Amino acid sequence: MMSDTLRVNPINCTGHGVCAELLPELITVDEWGYPIVDPRPVPPALDREARRAVAACPALALKLART
Amino acid sequence: MTTTLNESAPLGAARQAAGLPRLLPAAPEDLRGHFARYGQTPYRGQAGLLISDIEASGLTGRGGAAFPVYRKLAIVARARGRKVVVANGAESEPASRKDELLLRVAPHLVLDGLQLVAEAVGATEAHLYLHTAASPEIMRALAERSARGVDMLNVTITQAPPRFLAGQESALVNRLGGGPALPTFTPPRVTERGLGGAPTLVQNVETLAHVALIARYGARWFRAAGTSAEPGSMLTTVYQPQGQCQVVEAEIGAPLRTLLPSGTETQAWLIGGYHGSWLPLPHATALTLDNASVKKYGAAVGAGVLVALPSDRCGLTEAARVTGYLAAESAGQCGPCLNGLPRIAAGLAELAGRGHRKQIRADVERWAGLVTGRGACNHPDGTVRFVRSALTVFAPEINLHARGQCSATSRRPFLPLPDGIPTSEDDWT
Amino acid sequence: MSGSTAFWYASRATGIVALLLLTAVFVLGILVNRQGRLPGLPRFAVTSLHKNFSLLAVTFIAVHVFTAVLDTYVSIPLAAGVIPFASGYERLWLSLGAISFDLMIAMIVTSLLRSHLNRVLWRAIHLLAYVSWPVAFVHSIGASKDLRQGWLLVLTIACALLVAGAAVFRLAHAAREVPRAARVANVFAEHTASDARSTRRTKETVKR
Repeated sequence: MMSDTLRVNPINCTGHGVCAELLPELITVDEWGYPIVDPRPVPPALDREARRAVAACPALALKLART
Repeated sequence: MTTTLNESAPLGAARQAAGLPRLLPAAPEDLRGHFARYGQTPYRGQAGLLISDIEASGLTGRGGAAFPVYRKLAIVARARGRKVVVANGAESEPASRKDELLLRVAPHLVLDGLQLVAEAVGATEAHLYLHTAASPEIMRALAERSARGVDMLNVTITQAPPRFLAGQESALVNRLGGGPALPTFTPPRVTERGLGGAPTLVQNVETLAHVALIARYGARWFRAAGTSAEPGSMLTTVYQPQGQCQVVEAEIGAPLRTLLPSGTETQAWLIGGYHGSWLPLPHATALTLDNASVKKYGAAVGAGVLVALPSDRCGLTEAARVTGYLAAESAGQCGPCLNGLPRIAAGLAELAGRGHRKQIRADVERWAGLVTGRGACNHPDGTVRFVRSALTVFAPEINLHARGQCSATSRRPFLPLPDGIPTSEDDWT
Repeated sequence: MSGSTAFWYASRATGIVALLLLTAVFVLGILVNRQGRLPGLPRFAVTSLHKNFSLLAVTFIAVHVFTAVLDTYVSIPLAAGVIPFASGYERLWLSLGAISFDLMIAMIVTSLLRSHLNRVLWRAIHLLAYVSWPVAFVHSIGASKDLRQGWLLVLTIACALLVAGAAVFRLAHAAREVPRAARVANVFAEHTASDARSTRRTKETVKR
C-alpha cells in the first residue's frame, strides 16, 4: 500500500498559507504564518486534497513524497 | 587561552595502555618523518577495497554528526559518473580548536586520509575546506607531497567564511561551487547530488586522519580503544574553569571526570559545543565520553567541545550570549528559524536580566517547539537543545534573576564567541 | 476599416474582454506575490482566480484570433496569431498582438509544467508579464479605433492605471525588501521594539 507524506521546503516557503486553507486536517499555520505539516502519511481519503494543496502552493514549496 | 598538545600526568598511564595518542604526534613531522613513522600511504590499488575495513572499524564522523563513515563511503562509491571528496576543516564551532591543531601538527594524516577515501569512492576531484587561509604548515605539506608525487589527486583549497553554518555539508558544497555558504534543502543529500551535481563525500579532517591510520593498522587496532558501540579515540577541546584551553585526544568512553573538574570551582559542564547540552553537577560526573552515556541527558558528544563553567560566572548570561550569537548566525532562509531564534535569544537575554515578564519562559518554550525540525538544516534544533538544557541546568539561577539577584561574582565573558555579526551577502562568501 | 460581419464584431468584442481579463490576471498575479487578499475570499481564491483568468484570457484571445482570420473583409493568415509580421493587414499592430500572445503562451506552458522546471527559469519567464501586458495594450489601442473613444476609452485608461499601479506597488516593495543577510537583524530589531509595547503575538513573514 503506497503512502505519501507531505513535506515543506522551508527555504522556498514564504508563508502564503494556501496549503493550510486547502488541507486544514493536516496543515496548520504557526504564529508567523508558516505551515506546520503533519508528518504522518497522508490518509487515502485526503490524498486528492493533498495533491490539490501541493499544486496550489504559489511558491511550489509543498511536496508529496513517497515514504 | 592556550592550545597545547597532549595533556600530561594523571591520565598518562591509562591513555598509553589504550594506545594513545594516535593522532597527535609528540612533534610535528615533515613528509619523510611521517612516512618513516607510519609507512607510505597505503593505497589499495582499486576503488572500494578500503570501505569494508572502515565498516569493520566502526569509525563514525568526527565533525559532530557521528554518522557511520563506511555508509557515506558506500553511497558515493556506488554512484556513477564524476565524484568529489572534501576534507572539511571549517571548524565553524567557535569553541572547537581540534581541527586547526590537527591540520597544523599532523597534516599528512589528514591528506593521506583524503587521498585514500578518494581512491575508495573513485573520486576525480579533491578539496580542502579551511576556516582561515591555509597555514604555512598545510602549504608546506601539500608542496612536499606534490614534489614526491604521492598524491593521486590535486587538492584545491577553499576558505570558508567565518559563519557558524559554513561547515554544514550543503553550505560547504554551495561555497565550493562559488556561491555563499548557505545550506540547501535535503533531499537530495550531497552524497547523491553535491558539487556541480556530482556525488560528494564530505568528511571532517579528524575523521580522515583516523581513516589514514585504520588503512595502515586495521580495524582491530582501531577498536582496541573506545567502546564496542563507539570505538576509537577522538580529539576534544577542553576548557578549564580558570580559562585554559587544551586539545586532548581521549579514548571514547573515558569518564568525563578525568577530563573536566567537578569541584567547587565548577558549576556545570557543557558538552558538544554550542549545539550541545549543559550537564548538571555532580550528576554528570557519572557520565563517560560516549553518546550512549550522555544520551541520558539528551546530550551528544558532538565534535568534542568540553567546557567546565566556573562557579563565579552566571550560566544564564553565558547561555544568553551564545544564543544571541546562534540566532545572528541563522541563514535567514527559513521562516521558523528566522523568526524563532531571535525571539528565543531575546527571551533568554530577558531571563538573564534583572526581573523578567512572567510569560517569557512559556514564550521561549513555545518558540523552541515551533522551530524544532522546521528548518532546512538542524541549526534551529541544535540551538533549541542548547537552550533547553540551559533552562534546565540554570533553573535556580533563573529564579534568582527573577528576584533581581545573580549568583555570579564575575561578569567577564567565559565562552568564546567571534566578533561581528553577518550583515551582508559578502559575509557568507 | 471595420467590416460589418459577425466575425469582425466577435473579434473586437473578444479582444476587449481579453484585455480586461489580462488586466485582472496581472493585478491578481501581483496580489499572489504580495500575499494579498480579496475581501471576504480565502487565500486560495486569489491563486485560483489568477490561474483560471489567465486560462480564460488565452481562450478569449484564441477566439479573438480565429474570428479575425475567419472574417473575409480583410485577409489575415492564421499564423499571424502567433507569428509577427505574418499579416499584410495592419502589420505592426498585429505583430504586437502576436508577440504578446507568444509571451503569454510561454508563461502559461511553463506554469503548467512548473513542478518539472527549474525555479529560476520559471520565474524569469513569468516576469515577461511586465512586457506582455504593455505590448498587448499597445496592440489593443493600435489595431482598432474602438478603444480610443467613448466609454471604452475610459475602460482602457482604467486598465492602464490598474496595471501601472500594481506594477509600481510591486517594484516599490522590491526596493524596500530586506536582503536575506539582513533578515535576522531585522527580526531582532522589530521584535525588541514590539514587545516593549505589547505582549500580543506579532506576525512577521519572509516576503520574497
